Amino acid sequence: MLINNFLLLGAVLFCIGVYGVIARKNAVMVLMSIELILNSVNINLLAFSQLHDSIDGNTFALYIIAVAAAEVGVGLAMVLLIYRNRKSISLDELSEMKG
Amino acid sequence: MSAIILATDDIYVAQNIGFGIIAAIMIVGALKVVTSKNVVHAAVALVAVLAGAAAQYLLLAAEFVAVTQVLVYVGAVMVLFLFGVMLTRAKLGQEGDLNNKNALLGVPVALMMLGVMSWVLIDGFEDTKLPQSGDQVRIQAVSDNIFGPYLLPFWALSFVLLAAVIGAIVLARKD
Repeated sequence: MLINNFLLLGAVLFCIGVYGVIARKNAVMVLMSIELILNSVNINLLAFSQLHDSIDGNTFALYIIAVAAAEVGVGLAMVLLIYRNRKSISLDELSEMKG
Repeated sequence: MSAIILATDDIYVAQNIGFGIIAAIMIVGALKVVTSKNVVHAAVALVAVLAGAAAQYLLLAAEFVAVTQVLVYVGAVMVLFLFGVMLTRAKLGQEGDLNNKNALLGVPVALMMLGVMSWVLIDGFEDTKLPQSGDQVRIQAVSDNIFGPYLLPFWALSFVLLAAVIGAIVLARKD
């Protein structure tokens, strides 16, 4: 198989995730788009791991999965906290830190 | 995209057909994640994308990462997302307020990034082939790698997970 199959799939998923991060207002949807981005990175890492016949890409992909799980846990806890304080999770209403 | 590549590369036909079908499912699911007006529908589409990613990992001969993807993402992370949707479903009932006012600004940004990345990839790896994976099982090599040269990042990762668990409890606790 061509390596460009996997790399182009990763690029498409990455761009869709970037569009989601830019376009979405709901905080949970932004977190889902970030998951898309992390998965595209994993596909790239495993494709290069297979291309160079090295196992390091697998190790990095596993670490990325673990860090992404931690990120989702903390992110959703923050979203819950924001929702409890403001009864809304629209990201464009969070303007307290504006100077 | 993959149909063109399929025509030029006729050696691993079955793998290429499988790749094309799974990639189409993943791209449609990803588009549904970022365009759906219903949060629960988006979460279900995300399940399709993550499961398809696990299948692609199998095609890349990374079976342990594929199993971990199914356990962690399709199992745990999706349950977290559904809980998050459920607990924050206040005024999300009315449709169409999931997007920013200037959401269309994201389309040219994403298309430009996609164009640049595709051009670089096609120009750089014109028709580099992946080596045919043999019959070797890679789980042993992965564990040797994690508990050998990458032991210190593994420890750091365990502290990251511990901090994330404690932080999530502290943040979400009612007091």
